[in-house]
Amino acid sequence: MKVELVGIHKSFGPVHANRGITLTLEPGTIHGLLGENGAGKTTLMKCLSGYQTPDSGTIAVDGERVSFSSPDEAIRRGIGMLHQDPLDFPQMRVLDNLMLGQGQRLRPDWRWGRQMLKELGARFQFDLDPDAEVAKLTVGERQQLEILRLLALGVKTIILDEPTTGISAPQKVRLFETLRQLAADEGYAIVFVSHKLEDVEQLCQRVTVLRQGAVTGEVEMPCSLDYLVELMFGRGLPTIECPLVEPGAAVLDLDGVTIPSYRLTVADVGIQVRAGEVIGLAGLEGSGQRLFLRACAGLERVSSGCIRIDSREMTAAPYRRFLEAGIAYVPASRMEEGLVPGLNLTEHFALADRQGPFFVDWSASRRQAEARIREYNIVGEPATFVESLSGGNQQRALLALLRSGLRLLFLEHPTRGLDVDSANWIWQQLLARREEGTAILFISADLDELLERADRIVVFSGGAMSAPLAACDTSVEELGYLIAGKAEARETRAGETRDGKARDVVVDVWNPGHPQN
Amino acid sequence: MESRAPAKLTNILLGLVAPLVLALAFTTLILVAVGASPWEAYWNILLGAFESPEKIADVLAACVPLTLCGVGMCITFTAGQWNVGVEGQIILGAIFATWVALNLDLPQASMLAAMLLAGMLGGALWGALAGLLKAFGRVHEIFGGLGLNYVAQSLSIWLIFNPWKPADGATMSGTDPFPDAAWMPKLAHLRVAPLAVIIALVAVGVVAFLLRGTRWGLELKAMGKNFRSASLIGVPATWRMLTAFAACGALAGLAGAIRCSARYGRMIPDISGGQGYLALLLALLVAYRPLWVPFVALFFAAVGVGSPRLELNMHLDSALGGVIRAAVVLAVMMVGGWRALFARRRGQKALAAGPPTATEGEVA
Repeated sequence: MKVELVGIHKSFGPVHANRGITLTLEPGTIHGLLGENGAGKTTLMKCLSGYQTPDSGTIAVDGERVSFSSPDEAIRRGIGMLHQDPLDFPQMRVLDNLMLGQGQRLRPDWRWGRQMLKELGARFQFDLDPDAEVAKLTVGERQQLEILRLLALGVKTIILDEPTTGISAPQKVRLFETLRQLAADEGYAIVFVSHKLEDVEQLCQRVTVLRQGAVTGEVEMPCSLDYLVELMFGRGLPTIECPLVEPGAAVLDLDGVTIPSYRLTVADVGIQVRAGEVIGLAGLEGSGQRLFLRACAGLERVSSGCIRIDSREMTAAPYRRFLEAGIAYVPASRMEEGLVPGLNLTEHFALADRQGPFFVDWSASRRQAEARIREYNIVGEPATFVESLSGGNQQRALLALLRSGLRLLFLEHPTRGLDVDSANWIWQQLLARREEGTAILFISADLDELLERADRIVVFSGGAMSAPLAACDTSVEELGYLIAGKAEARETRAGETRDGKARDVVVDVWNPGHPQN
Repeated sequence: MESRAPAKLTNILLGLVAPLVLALAFTTLILVAVGASPWEAYWNILLGAFESPEKIADVLAACVPLTLCGVGMCITFTAGQWNVGVEGQIILGAIFATWVALNLDLPQASMLAAMLLAGMLGGALWGALAGLLKAFGRVHEIFGGLGLNYVAQSLSIWLIFNPWKPADGATMSGTDPFPDAAWMPKLAHLRVAPLAVIIALVAVGVVAFLLRGTRWGLELKAMGKNFRSASLIGVPATWRMLTAFAACGALAGLAGAIRCSARYGRMIPDISGGQGYLALLLALLVAYRPLWVPFVALFFAAVGVGSPRLELNMHLDSALGGVIRAAVVLAVMMVGGWRALFARRRGQKALAAGPPTATEGEVA
């Protein structure tokens, strides 16, 4: 199935997101769509998959002009899209999700569904339990389910929007193998939307680069990365300087802490974090790092052990006391847990100012908002509602809400979904906080980010935490081993080598004196 | 908030006039179907509501509890809570006020003050109970509220038929009349108590100010729009939710106290009179903007007071008034939904689309 997009235009109010984009997708090809945040990639793909209607331009499937008014129509013409955040129904079973949108029969054909799930699962080595609740799957597994659902719907062109954010390294390997199999062996057309050069380099045969809503180039792979970067940004990338800060006294001290949860228990972990230190938390999604981070912030119940902040006992204290002790928690899902859709920036700043007066002085709040917006380079006005900001600007807004003089800053995936430029900027802001003694703990799925930004890294695997590794003494490979160390099932499926090395590494780097940076 | 765009004429036209026309078209159809003259019917309702000072006073009196409950619900709706327990909160307010009236011997001013405060306390407790059930019992506030409504109803009937029964035997007509000190003074021979109207207007102003100008209002708004984000930012959301329920309950309880002190002068089994459910429609209609509440309450009250005349003069059922009110609410919500849909189609509110930012790279 050949898909042609010609001269696609799409505007949102004053923002011209797609400026006459032309793109051809061939069967059997993995086509990369590369561009920084806000380049118009997602908009274009939403036009193709029926979520949005282009303002002008044409879409043709096998030479026949089509126009979609809903995703359903696009799926019937064989075009399906996997969204950055899985659009599934977490409260329902895997099987229910697979059956949704399937046929017009009054009574769903459950047997057919189970059969389908089994066959497709075997074909791509996905191990999904039909009766498992989707909410309990990892992001990677939910993605697998979405792929199977689209395949079961008979889709021939599959669009994947930033599919590698939020999934683990082995899951990524599995995903790439699946995509290669679909394209090369089975003749599917795959569109791989990404801003990650290395992913595109590994996977794609053709790459179209977008910048500010227009195509800046289309290249056959392999191609020099420098050239792609130039097409993406129109300039070379700046590197940022990490200020060297001497870590001070211990601000966070965990001793023998056990965090029980429904799915997984993080047992008996301990760490000391000093002022100005940056700790990276690595691990497969759902290995306990988020549970650990939330427990450090007083957001999870701890069943034993003790947590001290600045030598003060905080175990079992309510979240409010943690806030008073000078912590801040920045979640990964910005619109669900971080910001409040329906409130504008001024209201956010007034809300976040916990010491503010009972009677809000709106004109002062507005001035404060203006100052923060300038300081944090947010593209928006004080009266802009947060939901109409782009992802990168939402992340900036979240950081702008943090007060100064924090003791501890916890972040989940601080640069997930951001382009290199924005990510650098975010890190510059974060690292600047070290100078006032703020210690930073962050979760990331990006090993390079962990190595580059953290002083020490701890790796989570199945609820166990490794001893801290000095970032300067370790490598992507070593982290990879540690991350996959105990996840046998995933690891073998991912086709990675497994030997005794992983355990040895733990012992080697374990250093009771904590490596200095 | 300060950011709200000034309401444009087209907005008012589309938001209020269009639904009104739609709703009237609908009721006109019904009237035509039953063979009555629509113009005559509407004229009768209008006359029924405003033809004499007595009628106007009745309309104003009917406005008071509606307004109090309506602004109360603006609070809980702002906090994202479906407080359908207002009926029960009215009843508890009336029960507390009745206890004061029947058991204390006070001069009029202190008696009325005590009754109103007791009513607020009763309503606030009953409201907070729905909140507690939600926060600690994991009972959704809709079910908690409905359940508590039944409990309150049964409680009031038990009180009327047992401890508070009149000397000559309990009946559905309620308790003995209150002592004179517990009657809210009326305006001359009219059935409206000026004090009640003043209280309602003050409540509107206070709630509007609390929601717009205070941290409490901002925090309620934030948790109503996103409970998890608000909690993470540091809003003590459970506590705020309870205060919202209690505040709404206090206003509903005040309405209950006023109904038994100013309207009936006794406690009756049907003291809430469905005002709670009517106020729910009202709060939906004004989209939680307290300043609009009295105007819509006036409309609701006028239709309510005016429609019995349909029965007298045209032999139509006065339930038509209820149909008009419900049709207006449904039409307003429908037109609102359509407008949101069209706005999205036009791409002005491209939320679902994940707003693109072609300009970001240039500015940043």
